[in-house]
Amino acid sequence: MGLESRLGDNILTTVADKFINWGRKNSLWPLTFGTACCGIELMSSIASRYDISRFGAEVIRFSPRQADLLVVAGRIVIKMGPVLKKIYDQMLEPKWVMALGACATSGGVFDTYGVIQGIDQFIPVDVYVPGCPPRPEDILNGLLKLQKKIERDTVLPQER
Amino acid sequence: MDYPEGNQALAKLRATFPDSIIEVKEFRRDITVTIKKEALLSIMQFLRDDEELRFNYLASISGVDYLKIEGVENRFAVVYHLYSFKNNCRLAIKTFVTEGSLDIDSVYPLWKTADWQEREIYDLFGIIFKGHPALKRVFLPEDYEGHPLRKDYSLEGRGERSRFDYEEG
Ligand code: SF4
Repeated sequence: MGLESRLGDNILTTVADKFINWGRKNSLWPLTFGTACCGIELMSSIASRYDISRFGAEVIRFSPRQADLLVVAGRIVIKMGPVLKKIYDQMLEPKWVMALGACATSGGVFDTYGVIQGIDQFIPVDVYVPGCPPRPEDILNGLLKLQKKIERDTVLPQER
Repeated sequence: MDYPEGNQALAKLRATFPDSIIEVKEFRRDITVTIKKEALLSIMQFLRDDEELRFNYLASISGVDYLKIEGVENRFAVVYHLYSFKNNCRLAIKTFVTEGSLDIDSVYPLWKTADWQEREIYDLFGIIFKGHPALKRVFLPEDYEGHPLRKDYSLEGRGERSRFDYEEG
């Protein structure tokens, strides 16, 4: 603790990545794109009993410009696809996407002409939450998985 | 039939439009009258405006595809469910539409509620309602081709669910 001992009691040193990721993962602002029954389950995870704010994600934003986690909860039909894409495009980086439930992940039981068989065909998905519908515990688990993923991010430019 | 209100409606209908009624079926007090397509508007107007019958509520309109159903000649049917608040009585009116001539008169001039229901049937079956003020698709995207509730349309569609040529931004 060589440096910190000289800085006094109020100052800590850390790695920029760790500090920024710590901030990001604990203050995810979700945009809830609830198009079907999974949306109802999402609402109950937000409400007091399951209380998503324990994980810092309670600030629901319905403007894509203010959100950084897009939660797609329900079936996406061919008419809704362009709308979802537009909303995703309007979100600012860094942004993440959660596919909630069987429908958003793969079309679920709706193997029909109108339902897109998985949103990952046109927007990138970071975490898939299985279930029909997933219980709030599953949704929170998905959030924790995403937080783990954010921890591994880096803010410094990478050579690719 | 032990159903005085229904019987009364049927008797009046038979007396007024003897040539336009093709068939009458009764199932557990539900009467379905199959009529000629040409007489649709006049029969509907009569049922709505007759002082005794007063079928003033159009509960629903549905389209039916009879593809490969034995004993049914015409491919499509449009079924109207009427309700009379005055007599607490229901009546179903059915008309057939052939594949060759898909048009039928719109009942929008009689009941405004027919607007979206007829658009829905047009959207999913391709039946044309003559006299409808704005017969556009209501559920499917405007540039959609085909009418997917027809029985010869494959359930998985024709590839429209995996076309992602969306605009940027
Ligand atoms: S996965 Fe199940 S619960 Fe969720 S939207 Fe689909 S059908 Fe509804």
